[in-house]
Amino acid sequence: MADKQELREVEVWDGNMAASQAMRQVQIDVVAAYPITPSTPIVENYGNFLANGYVDGEFIMVESEHAAMSGCIGASAAGGRVATATSSQGFALMVETLYQASGMRLPIILNVVNRALAAPLNVNGDHSDMYLGRDSGWIQFDAYNPQNAYDLNFIAFRVAEDHEIRLPAMVHQDGFLTSHTAQGVKTLDDDTAYSFVGDFKPMNDMLDLDHPVTHGVQTEEDWHFEHKARQHHDLMTKVFPRIEAAFDAFEKLTGRRYNIVETYNTEGADAVVVCMGTSVETAVEVSNELRGEGKKVGVIGIRVLRPWPHAQIAEALKGIKAIGALDRSSPNGTFGMLYNELAGTVVNGGENKVLTNYVYGLGGRDLTKVHLREIYAELLANAEAGKPTTPLQQLIGVRGPQISFH
Amino acid sequence: MQNNGWDNFEIGAMLRSFDGAVSDIATTLQEDRPYSKSNSFTASVADWRIEKPIFNKDYCIDCQFCWIYCPDISIISRDKKMVGVDYDHCKGCGICVEVCPTNPKSLLMFAEQEDEDKALAGWPEKEKKEN
Repeated sequence: MADKQELREVEVWDGNMAASQAMRQVQIDVVAAYPITPSTPIVENYGNFLANGYVDGEFIMVESEHAAMSGCIGASAAGGRVATATSSQGFALMVETLYQASGMRLPIILNVVNRALAAPLNVNGDHSDMYLGRDSGWIQFDAYNPQNAYDLNFIAFRVAEDHEIRLPAMVHQDGFLTSHTAQGVKTLDDDTAYSFVGDFKPMNDMLDLDHPVTHGVQTEEDWHFEHKARQHHDLMTKVFPRIEAAFDAFEKLTGRRYNIVETYNTEGADAVVVCMGTSVETAVEVSNELRGEGKKVGVIGIRVLRPWPHAQIAEALKGIKAIGALDRSSPNGTFGMLYNELAGTVVNGGENKVLTNYVYGLGGRDLTKVHLREIYAELLANAEAGKPTTPLQQLIGVRGPQISFH
Repeated sequence: MQNNGWDNFEIGAMLRSFDGAVSDIATTLQEDRPYSKSNSFTASVADWRIEKPIFNKDYCIDCQFCWIYCPDISIISRDKKMVGVDYDHCKGCGICVEVCPTNPKSLLMFAEQEDEDKALAGWPEKEKKEN
């Protein structure tokens, strides 16, 4: 039986430690992991907990991230609670197996510490890896700070392992900005944390020898579409009610409220930015300042990227005249993902909204308050004009002449 | 299963080997196992075969070599006595014939369309040792 840790009510943790503490507290059966910056400390801390008797499960050291997720898939199909962590190139190497995990309906939790994708090689935070996973059939939660990274792990386990859901989930946090920035994190004691998630309940597990099953079967044109349709249907209809229920239960337990779409200063706002990760907190600070100056600006933070919260965002954007979609990933030949998703969400809403796209912060480039003030000024001009007053897509914070398109 | 829509099969690209619970399956003979419809045991792959092995019990010494070597569990043996070939699952690889130690062999490959009685009637004689 694993030893318990006595935590202070508030611990000073970075995002990585917050995630590894949550992983310790839910008592995972198998972690198969391969370290990569900036997520390395998650599995390093976890290995430390295990070596010191705070975890009963198995830690499998593997030769690559592809093998790490493959090991997780095997362990999950066998019937255990399973999680791991990765970033960037490691995430990219996992991609093939991510689709296996979700198609096999295995509730694995993957902590993704967001980092840029090479080339050029870069260890700092942007959202390229998070974007790479968005069609993989996983649920994607986004943390804005270490407290979120801690809390969302419990939410993720609870939702993913629900027998009505049985889908893997990623908990994203920004590389370095969250993962290596120590902040005060309000903790749960070990028993409370564990019971929020509960005992793992296996489903169709391979170690149930009285009910042998074959996992990972092949289906061609005869049955493949039905499996994919079922998975898509469950993502579209079943996941949000369970996330809402988990957020409600978590609020009741801790007083901390999470929403599928987070809104700040959106009441009566003319212009909002929509963004993810640590940028949400910077944008909230700027919008508070601008509200003090009488400017009606707000922030919408995406808490759940997949499934895409179409209805919740449409509701949050009601009456708002100008939207800036802030994408921290190079779209490489099109608009940013948030721009495209938001366009799809608002186009049938019957309101005339001006939607523009800002690509920012690649490879860990800072998004400053000055940038956000400039963005808000442009968005307010768009709201006033009722049409774009700037190019539809602009890259901000890049050296040299301004780059913009359309 | 053939009539299932997307909304009424079990999730997870997962198939059950048997209908209901099983116990001690390793000691249960194949014909007594409650194979599910989705178990590949219920599918015939006979049409993969171009040649088939025919068994001649007159020469068999029940050594079980064919049973051990068959890669598709298609040699039927009961109480260590050779019974015959499972033609639903045999793919005609010929390994059983290759490993048969009798003289003449107790298993020989014939064209898929060959009549069994005709094949047995024309079975080769024992080969003499050449000195």
